[in-house]
Amino acid sequence: MSKVNRNLIIAIALLAIAPFVLYPVFLAKVLCFALFALAFNLLLGYAGILSFGHAAFLGTGGYITGWAMLNTGMSTELAILLGTAAGAALGAIYGKLAIKREGIYFAMITLALAQLTFFLYLQAPFTGGENGMQGIPRGELFGFIDLTNNLTMYYVVALIFLFGYAVVSRAIHSPFGQVLKAIRENEPRAISLGYDVNKYKWVAFVISAALSALAGSTKTIVFQLASLTDVHWHMSGEVILMTLVGGVGTLMGPIVGASLIVTMQNYLSTGEMGNYIHIIMGFVFVICVLSFRNGIVGQWNKFKAKNF
Amino acid sequence: MFDINLFALSGQLLIGLINGSFYALLSLGLAIIFGLLRIINFAQGAMYMLGAFCALLFLKWFGMSYWVALFVVPFVVAVLGILIERFLIRPIANLDHLYSLLLTFGIALILQGSFTHLFGSSGLPYSTPAELKGGMKLPFMYLPNYRAWIIASSVVICGLTWYMIEKTKLGAYLRAGTENPQLLQAFGINVPLIITLTFAFGVGLAGFAGVLAAPVYSVAPDMGSNILIVVFAIVVIGGMGSIGGAIITGLLMGIIEGLTKYFYPEASATVIFLVMMLVLIVKPAGLFGKEG
Repeated sequence: MSKVNRNLIIAIALLAIAPFVLYPVFLAKVLCFALFALAFNLLLGYAGILSFGHAAFLGTGGYITGWAMLNTGMSTELAILLGTAAGAALGAIYGKLAIKREGIYFAMITLALAQLTFFLYLQAPFTGGENGMQGIPRGELFGFIDLTNNLTMYYVVALIFLFGYAVVSRAIHSPFGQVLKAIRENEPRAISLGYDVNKYKWVAFVISAALSALAGSTKTIVFQLASLTDVHWHMSGEVILMTLVGGVGTLMGPIVGASLIVTMQNYLSTGEMGNYIHIIMGFVFVICVLSFRNGIVGQWNKFKAKNF
Repeated sequence: MFDINLFALSGQLLIGLINGSFYALLSLGLAIIFGLLRIINFAQGAMYMLGAFCALLFLKWFGMSYWVALFVVPFVVAVLGILIERFLIRPIANLDHLYSLLLTFGIALILQGSFTHLFGSSGLPYSTPAELKGGMKLPFMYLPNYRAWIIASSVVICGLTWYMIEKTKLGAYLRAGTENPQLLQAFGINVPLIITLTFAFGVGLAGFAGVLAAPVYSVAPDMGSNILIVVFAIVVIGGMGSIGGAIITGLLMGIIEGLTKYFYPEASATVIFLVMMLVLIVKPAGLFGKEG
């Protein structure tokens, strides 16, 4: 059995056992954010593009899925698909605009576009403004799997997460992913080799936006809530932090980072330390950038390469 | 076609000009820092917030008047800028500039989080200096003195900065450093010092804007992050090619925002972002941008 298959089986086994050790809804939250960070890392880690506006896609997935569940009576999987499609469509438009500029301009443009999205959702009649969209039913998957059971819900989220992981993993190990890495390492060279660099970046951006929206849609179903928190610029910052802590440009990094940050937030929000959460996140940012740029997984890979 | 109420329109235009004055000061600071350091300072909004809070706290602690604060606070903020540049930004100056962007974002989170923790998230009032209370009655509108003062002082500071950079010896060093720092260093100019001072000056401008803003907006921890994202859009619209461009675009966007508030208030929060989208389609390098 190859090493990749062995790791995959271990991972699936862990996902299957986990809800018997930890609270399923917490695990579902971790997996949603892990998927979000995976999607984000496809851009930053493999194409070298920093998006500062990914909250727009997470939030769009959540709001559109929530709207569909509340108003159309469609089954859960269709509502999630609709949310994902909406995120992909928004990503297609924003991606087209943002890839006209590079580097820090790209970051500023995506941040500004995400802020535009924030205001649109704040003012739109269907989102409930500051109160958010509440009481969204979980519904039934394919019309017969009842999702009100937290354990069932968790396994559905785990499957969605595995699907997202497979998409990202397939993308970066394909010729498409190789071109992305070439762009990251040396863009002028990729251009001179005849690649339509902007098209590759745009496709990566749309995939990333779609998966982020998938994460947002799923999260909305789990928590039965869609709110402005998910479109706020803080959220765009959080996903960057998750990726940075875990390890930019590694497949496992965003998953490790998301688990860590979500655990930290859950732990802090219940205790006295809740007020300090943004200060702590700021310090983690500064420390990571100054002296821990490889992240946990990157550092581990380095350690392994040296010692084994 | 429109039933134009001149009184209300000029009122909104005035508010637009005031917002534009702050946009101009902040985007000018960003452009100066970007010119030499090639980084975008995400903490610029936090420095603006810090400026407003310093004015408030110095009044409370030392009884420092508005006029003294207007001179002292920018220096305090600039000193913090020197420390940040020297000890945090410089060690990673040779890495990809995305790292310095993330670093300054972290600093902004720390500052905003700390002030929220200490003073709560709702705003605190800072009273208008006695000398500038009251206002003038113009034929078509009422102009409060303090608002006139904001516009005038912002235009003067922007003008002086423009003059210093474009017309003086120090400005020539700065522009040379933007073009080719190695060569400038070879001529015996202390480039690292110039970089530090430039950063300090850029954030000092934000501190100045903060003091100026304290009497008109309530002093709140999130006052900086909200305005900064708009200023980013303005920087994209104007392009960072020129100092004058940053100033003009800032004022212009303030006016456009004011006009939108009058004609179609629902879009006033989003109009600048929409202009940014339009500019990206028509002229991606920005109105004053040089790079392709």
